[in-house]
Amino acid sequence: MKSAVVQLPGLNRDRDMIAALTKISGKAPVTIWQTETEIPDVDLIVIPGGFSYGDYLRCGAIAARMPVMQAIKAKAEAGVKVLGVCNGFQILLEAGLLPGALMRNASLKFVCREIKLEVINADTDFTRAYQAGQIIRCPVAHHDGNYFADADTLKAIEDNGQVLFRYAEGTNPNGSMNDIAGVMNKAGNVLGMMPHPENLIEAAHGGSDGRGLFASALDVIAA
Amino acid sequence: MINARVTVTLKNGVLDPQGKAIEGALGALGFDGIGHVRQGKVFDLQIETADRAKAEADLKAMCEKLLANTVIENYSISLS
Repeated sequence: MKSAVVQLPGLNRDRDMIAALTKISGKAPVTIWQTETEIPDVDLIVIPGGFSYGDYLRCGAIAARMPVMQAIKAKAEAGVKVLGVCNGFQILLEAGLLPGALMRNASLKFVCREIKLEVINADTDFTRAYQAGQIIRCPVAHHDGNYFADADTLKAIEDNGQVLFRYAEGTNPNGSMNDIAGVMNKAGNVLGMMPHPENLIEAAHGGSDGRGLFASALDVIAA
Repeated sequence: MINARVTVTLKNGVLDPQGKAIEGALGALGFDGIGHVRQGKVFDLQIETADRAKAEADLKAMCEKLLANTVIENYSISLS
């Protein structure tokens, strides 16, 4: 499976993401720069974390309006898998590829720590290496991860199995509604999540709980 | 030339942790009876046109496309 990582000014988790994809798939991802309007033929496009365009206006707002996002939107509509982590999740929401919005953390503090995630729906292209109900460890690092959606949207995503991850065991770090940590689109090919699975993929990280997500999305057997 | 002001505020029902913190700080300063503090944004713009109707239509489009996130925010436009 071929993958690509989007690079925008201010994103700073791209190298971690490239390392994770390379180690897990055995193939380095191609990179997509902000000015590109032709997306290479890949199976998975990843928008990593950081602070694109300084997080001016709202997190992810400027990035979501760049031409490269129009090209990614077209790919997503054609069925290509898209994963947004942290700022990447914020960008996908601002671009309208996922429902809801991310607000300032309820504590008003930047949180950088390890949390627990419950895998809610393991029957997806992003989570099939896990089991429903499984609790995994994952790091978070963000200031605006407080998931919000209106009552109708919230009900719809819960009923459709679009909530893939919830903060578990009282570790909700940001006040997200329903402890939501990761949301998929209805078609099942776009996932956004605040935690950083790319930072927990090997022994040197202190664990490999995040590996299953990439193993699922890249269609390789989890190590 | 038209001067415009766009005000963006959070919709009712959307939690505003910053507004809550400001409310708490106002209370700590001794301002009693302050409630429902909500933080918003103001944009001042100059538009090179004399056509107010067009300016208003453009501003609305700007709000829908960029200045506001209509999932969580309302906007209002005033021209001077």
